[in-house]
Amino acid sequence: MDPRRTARTVSDPKVRQVGFFTPAPPERSISDPPRFQDPIQPPSPSPTQVNDHSPSGNSLSPVMIPPAHHHSDNFLRTALQVTSPTKAFSYSAKTVTIPPENEDVASSFSPGRKVFSAKSPSSFPGVKASSVPASELTTVSVVNLPPGISEKAGGASVEVQNDRPVSAKTLKEKTSKAERRALQEAQRAAKAAAKAEGTKASSAASKVVTSANTKPSKAAKSSSQKNDGSQVAASEKKGGDRAPEKDRKKDAPHPRMQYDDKSRVEKAKKRAVVKQTEARNRVELFRHLPQYEHGTQLPDLETKFFELDPMHPAVYKVGLQYLSGDIRGGNARCIAMFQAFKEAIKDYSTPPEKTLIRDLTARISSYVSFLIECRPLSISMGNAIKFLKNRIAKLPLALSESEAKSTLMLDIDLFINEKIILSEKVIVKHAVTKIQDGDVLLTYGASSVVEMILLHAHELGKHFHVVVVDSRPKLEGQLLLRRLVRKGLSCTYTHVNAVSCIMQDVTRVFLGASSVLSNGTVYSRVGTACVAMVAHAFRVPVLVCCEAYKFHERVQLDSICFNELGNPDAISKVQGREEINYLDGLVNQENLQLLNLIYDATPSDYVSMIITDYGMIPPTSVPVIVREYRRDHLWS
Amino acid sequence: MWWRSASFILDRQQHQNRTVAPSPESFLLSSPPPMADSPLNPKSNISAYYQTRAAHHAVVTSDWLAQAQAAVGRHSDDDGSLGDDKGAAPIGGGGGGGEEEGSGKAFSVIDEFNSWRKQPALAEAVAAIRALAAVIRTSEATTMMELEIELKKASDSLKSWDTTSISLTAGCDLFMLYVTRTSALEYEDFNSAKSRLIERAEKFGEISCKARRIIAMLSQDFIFDGCTILVHGFSRVVLEVLKTAAENKKHFRVLCTGRPDRTGLRFSNELAKLDVPVKLLIDSAVAYTMDEVDVVLFGADGVVESGGIINMMGTFQIALVAHSMNKPVYVAAESYKFARHYPLDQKDMSPARRPIDFGVPIPSKVEVETSARDYTPPQYLTLLFTDLGVLTPSVISDELIQLYL
Repeated sequence: MDPRRTARTVSDPKVRQVGFFTPAPPERSISDPPRFQDPIQPPSPSPTQVNDHSPSGNSLSPVMIPPAHHHSDNFLRTALQVTSPTKAFSYSAKTVTIPPENEDVASSFSPGRKVFSAKSPSSFPGVKASSVPASELTTVSVVNLPPGISEKAGGASVEVQNDRPVSAKTLKEKTSKAERRALQEAQRAAKAAAKAEGTKASSAASKVVTSANTKPSKAAKSSSQKNDGSQVAASEKKGGDRAPEKDRKKDAPHPRMQYDDKSRVEKAKKRAVVKQTEARNRVELFRHLPQYEHGTQLPDLETKFFELDPMHPAVYKVGLQYLSGDIRGGNARCIAMFQAFKEAIKDYSTPPEKTLIRDLTARISSYVSFLIECRPLSISMGNAIKFLKNRIAKLPLALSESEAKSTLMLDIDLFINEKIILSEKVIVKHAVTKIQDGDVLLTYGASSVVEMILLHAHELGKHFHVVVVDSRPKLEGQLLLRRLVRKGLSCTYTHVNAVSCIMQDVTRVFLGASSVLSNGTVYSRVGTACVAMVAHAFRVPVLVCCEAYKFHERVQLDSICFNELGNPDAISKVQGREEINYLDGLVNQENLQLLNLIYDATPSDYVSMIITDYGMIPPTSVPVIVREYRRDHLWS
Repeated sequence: MWWRSASFILDRQQHQNRTVAPSPESFLLSSPPPMADSPLNPKSNISAYYQTRAAHHAVVTSDWLAQAQAAVGRHSDDDGSLGDDKGAAPIGGGGGGGEEEGSGKAFSVIDEFNSWRKQPALAEAVAAIRALAAVIRTSEATTMMELEIELKKASDSLKSWDTTSISLTAGCDLFMLYVTRTSALEYEDFNSAKSRLIERAEKFGEISCKARRIIAMLSQDFIFDGCTILVHGFSRVVLEVLKTAAENKKHFRVLCTGRPDRTGLRFSNELAKLDVPVKLLIDSAVAYTMDEVDVVLFGADGVVESGGIINMMGTFQIALVAHSMNKPVYVAAESYKFARHYPLDQKDMSPARRPIDFGVPIPSKVEVETSARDYTPPQYLTLLFTDLGVLTPSVISDELIQLYL
């Protein structure tokens, strides 16, 4: 330890910089060379340790890192950055082996990305206890440390974090792209091999890991809080955590996956049908959301077609269509999903010695998880699935299989007709009363309901002008515009950048929504909040059109917790404009993070009215609809 | 595209075929739909509702100023001419209706309604329900379904006769709801069901009086000793509230606004009879006096789905002033005034016009804003006193949803 410390202190600024560096962890985890090395050549302790800790920790379980610390770290880092001759330092760090730490490191890794072997010689406890009087440096590093790592050793390696050499990070950064890629490749191969061998051992190991990891934040916190906390305490905690953790999992039906929770992600990956490559350089704030490199999954999935025996072809097809973006829009996705389920139910036969209710529910669940892999579910789809599962669960036991199937199919048709198609019509009928001659209506993006409203109002002979506001990268508004112009409506087309200029001429804003949450927040295509706020500032009424089946009882205050990340390439490249190539070659740069959000949340203050199948209601009444609607028609 | 149903075509056909119950907005906005010339008030640019209101509440006792008396005379004249219009209304309606029988009923309904409406103490909604009860009485229908259809026609013609009266619409809707939703009716024989409906209609008048009592009781907590209350126009509920407060020996002072239709004069007169200190303001003095006001108290012509209210012209600006000076704004309204409307802004209502007397001839080139009412959005209201309890504006919509869905 001591030698190490001294080294650190010497290169103070650099060290700090390294340690704080938080932004691009996922990439590191993927490309991490040291991990790989570990299994192969365990004995070279110092470098591995360094590398392991920082990268794996960061990338795998960023959750555990108290965010506040993070930020401060970043600031510090930036402040210090000027001075850092990082390169030299990092290299030196690599070569230098620090005995005590090494042991820890070596222990931590097993071949697969996900699987950690439990071979660790638990040297850590000592480390921590003995730890040098915490300099600010050390504390910093502690903060950053990912608890998952420490725990993976199977032992009580929690303390390891503290020691984690700040320099490790720099090391990582230094590895060239090619190197990383090679590593990745190797890792993959190793993983495959491990799988083939018999996943038992690995899975067992991973199980241990995961169970230990599940409660990582706590452990991490405690460790960071008391630097000298004994290993014993840590291990105890782990043991205690395990059992309740399991219970909790059972209780909570579908906690949304937090993609920065490493262990869960890995588990999920194992189950996954679609192999998705995780995108690199994810934005810090959004790391809990899944982001994949687009376009990588399709060929893989196609080749797998015949291996996926439980997957019904119709579901498979819909999944592929989600993946490729052929089907989009809340209603379209929901209907397509239900049609596919209908097919699947039609072809379903209960396996011997199983009951339809249970088996079919499980089957549907597996379909759903497949669809989720293709693209995260929208809230409306979640509601629809809830409806279907509820219907399945409520089937009378006495029903024969064919009867049960036909009831279910009828239910599905009913849902599509009543909750989607009919309610659209009702919404149109309501909304048209708010359009008067001489109005200038503004809409954003392409909402099928808004389109129906505009066309219907036009057919009624109302004279109005439409402003279609659009935004990159999807440019969905053009599709809407095309259909409107064809029907002879007078339209203006502009991008969201100009919305504040055009807003003063507008008399009504019509918006679609992906969902409306029970605090009145409207969850919709990204950019909607911006339009609504501008409209509010100009005192233009904002009317949100949303079918009641898309209402959700959840409350959301920001667009960070739940969202979807789109393809970052879509914003880094401009289609058809070859000369705009400033980002070429920069996309994989560590210090560049591209954020392509799909949804945002509009606070209810900016919404004047929500038009739904139950009439026109203020956003404060959404909970009433959610309540009544459930009681009357759906689940429960 | 298969999920994008070809609903427009269907909708359009339905819309053309379905001549019943156009919502008031579309009725006025769209270029005359098929039914536009049916039982519409011929003097449609003048709101019957606000005319009657003025006629009832602008009446001032003989000990009042001569000027006020002149006003009374003028208004009662107006009322008289309005009566003639009513006589004319059926003729206009006769031309339009395809269904002779139905329009025949409609006439009687409107006449019935007007005769009820002439009683100042009777709320408009109650008058509407009494008129509908009369329809039931005279009906020759032999089945419940027939009766329902007949009632529906009658209430539609009532509603379209005066689209500006929200409580009329709400009253009709409420009664129709009762007729169509009450399951008890299904198991009785037709005649007893009929008499039950009539009984119910009779009861409704009492309910409306009872509602006022409830509101008066509920609102006592909000009137404290030594407070200054600003009221606008004439509202029976507000009068009841203040009367009760005075009976409870509370000491308070009332400021009444005198314009635009002089109903404030009558109101101040009523209060003076109760020995409540009262001061008369012109509407333009509201901001000037607002800092001595503790409570602003309004009645309402209608409470709309957003939780806002539609009330006599001038309400909105008083609410704005009160809001900017952080004074609480309370609204006293019976629950039968809740209506399934949702105006987005001031212009998003069917216009209710009422001639305004400036006392001097106005040059023909000068336009006069004659709208009789305005819409106060919910964010400027603090609480609503209703017979369902003391509610915040956002609860209104909840109640409406539960009532109508």
